[in-house]
Amino acid sequence: MTFFLIASIVKILVVFTILMVGVAGLTLVERRVCAWMQDRLGPNRVGPQGLLQPAADGLKNLLKEETLPAAADRVLFMLAPAVAFVPALLAAAVIPFGSPLPTPWGVVPLVVADLPIGFLYIIAIGSLGVYGIVLAGWSSNNKYSLLGGLRASAQMISYEIALGMSTVAVLLLSGNVSLSDIVAGQQRSLATWNVFPLSIAYFIFVVSAFAETNRLPFDLPEAEGELIAGYHTEYSAMKFSMFYIAEYANMVTASALMATLFFGGWDIPFTHWDNGPPWTVWKSLATLGAFTLKTWFFLFLYIWVRWTLPRFRYDQLMALGWKVMLPLALGYLALLATAIWFLHVRLGWVYDSRFALALFAGNVALGILLFFVVDRGRLIGGSVAEAGS
Amino acid sequence: MAIGVKVLRRPTSETSYVRATLQGMGLTLQHLFRPKVTMQYPEEKSSPDWSISDRWRGTHRMLTDEQGRAKCVACGLCPQICPANCINLVPGEDEQGNRYPLIYEIDEFRCVFCGYCQEVCPEEAIHVGVHYENAEFSRDRFVYDLERLCAQTHPVSTLWDPADPKGE
Repeated sequence: MTFFLIASIVKILVVFTILMVGVAGLTLVERRVCAWMQDRLGPNRVGPQGLLQPAADGLKNLLKEETLPAAADRVLFMLAPAVAFVPALLAAAVIPFGSPLPTPWGVVPLVVADLPIGFLYIIAIGSLGVYGIVLAGWSSNNKYSLLGGLRASAQMISYEIALGMSTVAVLLLSGNVSLSDIVAGQQRSLATWNVFPLSIAYFIFVVSAFAETNRLPFDLPEAEGELIAGYHTEYSAMKFSMFYIAEYANMVTASALMATLFFGGWDIPFTHWDNGPPWTVWKSLATLGAFTLKTWFFLFLYIWVRWTLPRFRYDQLMALGWKVMLPLALGYLALLATAIWFLHVRLGWVYDSRFALALFAGNVALGILLFFVVDRGRLIGGSVAEAGS
Repeated sequence: MAIGVKVLRRPTSETSYVRATLQGMGLTLQHLFRPKVTMQYPEEKSSPDWSISDRWRGTHRMLTDEQGRAKCVACGLCPQICPANCINLVPGEDEQGNRYPLIYEIDEFRCVFCGYCQEVCPEEAIHVGVHYENAEFSRDRFVYDLERLCAQTHPVSTLWDPADPKGE
């Protein structure tokens, strides 16, 4: 019991630190990558290659003046940054980030809390994130902020459904909601990484995750062209920084989740030596490295998409969420359940690479249908109303 | 629509979102590895692609003769033509009857950098310069006196020549 407590506290500290350092690094990476994509250099003055830029930014934000709008709801205004910040960190607690680590006192699983309901926990905590944004928008007593908060709530509720539906597909395959078991289920071979048997679900998950984390092309809550800065218009200094950190921490968590649910978690592809006991420190480090690489790839994907796509219009956002993503996720789930039932019950296949590849073939067929037939001006509507409407 | 806006329907067979997005992402990925166009200003002030024009009209410079005296003969043409009225000239005369400026001041804040002073100067004494770094800590430092105008070392501007409009 004592060992469990100490190990948990150490893990919490380590994960918190890594997450915060990752967020700091991500702010720099975002600025530099966006600069590179625009043929610029980006911040490279503070420290070698600008590596100390996040520290300079943090210091600046600590020293800046805190503003408090006269008509703001003081308590909620103060509380909102924390409410946005905490769920962003909490979700990282259940994500397994490496193979179990042997210590002289016993084997420590490299996950802060290996909850048996880990997946449901993430969905639950993920929906809490919207409260910080809505409270910030409402308590600022500013029309633009309020509109930003309203958009955030509408958007996050809409896409949460598609997000949940796309992950139900993962649960269908792994038959478990514990993230450790979901990772273990993907370790058989590369083909059983969920991204192959569940490609369409992965696509829906990525789109919904972008919407959930309010990143472009879904950053309507802050939409600087229309809403100044949306919900954090009235915030300054460290309170503003908290929203910023929360957004980036959400991105890190969502990326880690993509890696965990669809890309085998900490599994190293093409080998099996990392999957089972005897556990060694080197195994833990190697799998941790694999997991970090995967997570950073998705973080890069976030940045990449952000500096490629323009923002949606509000009606396009809602139409995409309710008329495309949700029916697509539901229909896909029905098809997938049928396919699994057919392969598993009628043909008697057990879940292995052959099973996964069969599902992958189905996904490819569905993908071609989706991206070459359905996506003919129907996924995102044009900018004009129909004649006569 | 209330007003007669002609609505052009997009041909649906040519439109896509996902594939267009992927194309766009391919483009941004290419740009990631392209050479960067940023000029790192305090260290680099010109590049093979860009350097400041010879015809740039910046803060003034007074040319001097071999004895280090200003070439100005205090004829008074430059304060006369100056549209911003920023040149203060008080002429003086020595024993040989040579005119020279007792006071020659240019208020660079009032100056509109038209270059007329250089154009009108019969002695080719006053010039606008190819120079742009003019920061000072106080406003009165922007009134350049004769000594300071003579001490400037930056290249002088090449005025536009109507006979050679492209500067060739």
